[in-house]
This record gives sequence, C-alpha cells and structure tokens, in this order.
Amino acid sequence: MSGSTASAANKSTSLDEPTSLDVYVDAIGLAAPGLNDWQSARAVLRGEAPYVGAELPPYQPQRLPPNERRRATPAVRQAFRAAEDAIAQSSFDPADLASVFASSDADMNVLHRICTALAEPGRVVSPTDFHNSVHNAAAGYWSIAVGARRNSTSIGAHDTTVAAGLLEAAALLLDEDALLLVMYDVPQPKPLLDQHPITTPVSIALVLTRTRSSRSCAQLRLAFDDRATSSTETFDDEALEALRKSNPAARALPLLRALAQQSDASLCIDAVAGRRLRIDVTRCT
Amino acid sequence: MNPLGISHYTATSSLGRGLASHRRALHAERSGLRQQAFETSTLAGWIGEVDGLDTPLASDYAEWDCRNNRLADLALQQDGFIDAVAAVAARYGTERIGVFIGTSTSGVQQTELAYRERDPARDRLPDWFNLRTTQSTFSAADFVRIRLGLRGVAVAISTACSSSAKVFASAHRALRAGLCDAAVVGGVDSLCLTTLYGFNALQLVSADICRPADARRQGLSLGEAAGFALLLPDDGTGELLLEGYGESSDAYHMSTPDPDGRGAMAAMRDALARGGIEPAEIDYINLHGTGTPANDLAEDKAVVALLGERVACSSTKGWSGHTLGAAGILEAAMSLLCLQDGLKPRSLNTRTKDAALRGNVLLESQTAALRHVLSNSFGFGGNNCSLLLGRRA
Repeated sequence: MSGSTASAANKSTSLDEPTSLDVYVDAIGLAAPGLNDWQSARAVLRGEAPYVGAELPPYQPQRLPPNERRRATPAVRQAFRAAEDAIAQSSFDPADLASVFASSDADMNVLHRICTALAEPGRVVSPTDFHNSVHNAAAGYWSIAVGARRNSTSIGAHDTTVAAGLLEAAALLLDEDALLLVMYDVPQPKPLLDQHPITTPVSIALVLTRTRSSRSCAQLRLAFDDRATSSTETFDDEALEALRKSNPAARALPLLRALAQQSDASLCIDAVAGRRLRIDVTRCT
Repeated sequence: MNPLGISHYTATSSLGRGLASHRRALHAERSGLRQQAFETSTLAGWIGEVDGLDTPLASDYAEWDCRNNRLADLALQQDGFIDAVAAVAARYGTERIGVFIGTSTSGVQQTELAYRERDPARDRLPDWFNLRTTQSTFSAADFVRIRLGLRGVAVAISTACSSSAKVFASAHRALRAGLCDAAVVGGVDSLCLTTLYGFNALQLVSADICRPADARRQGLSLGEAAGFALLLPDDGTGELLLEGYGESSDAYHMSTPDPDGRGAMAAMRDALARGGIEPAEIDYINLHGTGTPANDLAEDKAVVALLGERVACSSTKGWSGHTLGAAGILEAAMSLLCLQDGLKPRSLNTRTKDAALRGNVLLESQTAALRHVLSNSFGFGGNNCSLLLGRRA
C-alpha cells in the first residue's frame, strides 16, 4: 500500500486546475459470444473476418483458489474471463493494480435464487448465495485470486455502465498509476429477463495507465459531448449491432473496434441523463 | 490533498429524521434499535427501522417507488438539503453537479415482493414491478439525481458496507478531474428480507441488541438509513472538511475480515497520508464496529498498530444498528456532529469491554474540542474505506 500513499501525498493536484481526462490503454481483454478473446476478436472487429455469434467455449478462472472457484458465480467467471485475458497481455502484476468493476446487474441468478427462497415458507437463504449477492462479488474474488490489496471500486449505472466505468477509472488514475477496469454482465434468469433483456454473457477489460509508456497502444480522451449532432456509435453489421445491444458491457464494443483498427477515431457512447460520452482514440504506436 | 468543504449534510435513520434527532440521540445515549420483526420476517432480534416509509412517492416519481427510494426521498427533505443543492446548481449549472450514491441492496425489497406474486405457470413477475427504477443498483443514484434535478455525472457505488464511504473518495477525484464543480454524495440502504435472512444464514446477527467491543458480543443488529452531503471546493471559510480518504482491499475472504486487519490499517494509513495528519492528531475514531467477534477484533488490531492504544474510539452502531451500504454516510454524519459538538460518544450497549481489545474504546462519552476524526467502513469482499473528517480551527 505504500505506493498509493506516496502517489497521493506527492501529488499536488489543485481543485482549480481541471485535469485532462486522458488515459492510456496498456492491455485489452474480451469475452463475448463469437469473440472468445481479444487476440482472435481483433480481425472480426476490424471487419477482416465475419462475425459469427457462437457460444463462448467453457472456461475455468485460472487464478481462483479451489474454494473460491467452487463458489464463484457465472458473473464472477465472466468478469474473470476478460480480466485474465487482459492481464495475460499486460506487463503489470495484477496484485499491483487498483481496480474498477462496472456492471449493471452483477449476478441476477443469485438474486433470483434468494428471492425465490424468500417467497417460500421455509425462507432458507444459502450463506454462499448471500455473500455472492453483493455487487462487488467479482471484485472481491479477483482481489483474493491475485492478491490485490489496492483500491477496488464496484459501480453500476444500468445501460450507461460502460460510460460510468470509464469515467470512474479515469478519475481513479489521479490516485493510481495503473488499474484494471472490468465491465461485465451476464444473462438474466427468465422472470427478470423480461425486465432487463441481457441475453448474452459479455465482459471487457482494460488495463489503463495514467501516463504513456512504451507499451501503451492508444490514448483515450474522455469528455461529455452535449452537441445535438453527436450520436451513439453503432455497428453496420446486424449481428454485431445485436450483440452491442444485448448486454450493457457490450456498449464498449465500438471502443474495442477503434482499438482493433489501430487508427485514430472519435466515437460516442451513451451516458447518464441521456447525455453522451465522447472518446477520442489516438494511436500510440 | 486539498480538502473539500462539506457545506451541508443530513441523515435519516431509526434515530429520526434529520440531524437534530441524531444529535439528541447521541447526547442522550438513546438507541434507535428496537426488539421487533421487520415486515413478514419471523426472525427474532433487534432492528433499526425508519418509521413513516409506508407512504408512496409523489406521483411525479411514481415509477421509482420502493422502500429504498422512499427512504432516500425522506432523507433528502431534511435539513434544507434540497434547497442547498438547488442553490449550488443555480451557480454552477445542473450538468456540473455530480451525484455519487452508495447502496448495497438498492430496492431489493421490491423484487422480494414481486417474487411473492410470481406467476409460476408463465414464470412472470407482476406488471407493477420495474427492475430498472427499483432493484437496479443504479436506481438509488438515478432517483436522487432526478429528484434533485441534476444532469451531471452520476454513479452508484456498491461495495457492500463501504459503499457510502467510498462516495467521498470518488467525488473528490471527480472534482479534481474536472468532471464536476460540486458533488452530492450519499448512501441509502433499507431493511429487506434478503439481508435479514442472509446475515442470519451467515450467523452474524445477534439475538441480543448489538454490543460492539463487548466481551460477550454476539453479532450485529441490522438497521436502515439514508444520508447525503454536499461537497464543494474548500473556500477557506467552511467549518467542516473532507481532509482525506483511504481505500484498500483485504484480498483475504469474501465475508470474513483479514484477522490481522491489514486492509483496515492500509485504508486508515492512506487517509492520514492524504490529509497530511499524524496519528497523534486524531481525536476520535468512529469504528466500523459491527459487533461481530471477528470484525471488532481485526479492526482493533489495525487501530492499535497504526494509532496506538490511546486514541478514543467507538462504534455508533449501538445507536443505529449496521445500516450496510448507508453506514458510510450515516457514520460520517455522526462524526461531523461529534466534530461540531465536541463529543466523543461512548460505545453504546457495551457493558464490559472485551479484554482482547487493546484500543481505547470509550465506555463513557467525553466532551472535548475535536479537530480530526477518522470514520471506518469495511465491507464484504474485503473492501475497506476510511474517511478523515475535520473541523476548521
């Protein structure tokens, strides 16, 4: 923890001097139907290979101890999938990274089981279900798995969770040199699916740094864009566009397309209160 | 770090509505916990329930109606908070006021009620149920934003029982980042069967009233609360300040604290470092102090290792119960009252201090001028936050 103490104490940021919300992408992780990992998904996102929305192959989180692996829910596993993909390509030891876990609904399967149990006469709630029901379950499992003792923040902002996650992460980089941002949601069980149709499992992870390094692949500049002419970035490919809309975390896919194309780009994603967050992507290498 | 001014704050819990009722209860050493059952619960025990949450929200906000948002709405109406936010919004613009709200279970009670009416044949929930505006983690934050007429950054922070402490840290960063010019921070968590039966399943609930730091403590008592604070860049004149914050992870266990309290200590150490405050300058620590055997012991180790055995400390959960995602803001509000009133409150309900605890847990309240106070909040997943709050000399 001494690192964060030093960076906080030595920083002379003034509240009167708005800090530019620039962050640098060190590594990318992805897991979505037909996009099994970042390496294989790049050609699809660049438009060089067709998108086929096949189911994700089975996966076991590599870094979880056996006890936690047994208890981890589908949402935790989905979060791990992209996080482990990003970490595999990063030079950072995940134990040294702060984290932001961004999810709209975390694990509604757990909530479904608890609310089903509470509607029955015995009202027997599983203790494991209860501790897995917290929104920060994935973050907790991650910190145990990799021994991360730094700041970890778990947030939710419904269908604007990606924008909120990027902003939370960018602001956290005022305190931290580097962090892991994981955006994820998993399909809802039937009765809740009617309410919030999350129909695919998607997770996207970014290792972000405050300053540019030789390993940075792109700079992201974040700003609200309140111009009437701005519009949300979409996909022309119908299947990819359906995927983008099928899960709050998939709203980050247009950003991943820009990163896959390795060219400068400017795009908008949906943010709170009907506003849009503009992301200017500038290639670093 | 540069402090933030806390220009207004408010809290509503089982102790009553608004700051005056909390101030009276603190001085009179009157607990809000009552031996009663919540809703249809058949569990025995003590709870800190807020009265008057049976009235639906006004028609403008009907789609947001649930116990959690009713509690948020009730709390917002105390201590002139809505007017104070409106004045700041008029100065900076509604797009420039951020909203950072901590909650653990949001409006889950609404989902519990919906599942009781679930149609098994079609596996459908009743038409009145709205997940986005009640159950969703974001509901509490989005409702507060809309209720206050704001259009700035808004986020729900949900890290279990540290949620509404961490909102202060996120708001401080957002102001520094230029994302907003002022921030509404707060938290709201309401009683529900999920937490009552869930904590019982984990055997963490006391049959007796919760007795933090007591030799025979058996666990926590659950409560509900909402609270809010308005944070502005320090203008050099305001009385109350956010002087520091520290956040850490245990990396130990999902629902049990690291027995050595390393994560708790790291959070407190970072809060002191950010504030440029020496351990000896801390006048009082508002402990997380849930009253579970494991929490109180681990937190005591952390306090003693970092600040020694002399600094006065107590948990105020004997007053309010454990209000989970609202504990951070409620206990920040209690700490601010203590700073203003020069009060170091006793550990309410504590009869005999656990001999294994080495920290200076107060068994009698003390009066003394306070300058710097730490407020601790720790949550499931090993998520820790400590706030350094101060009063200008």
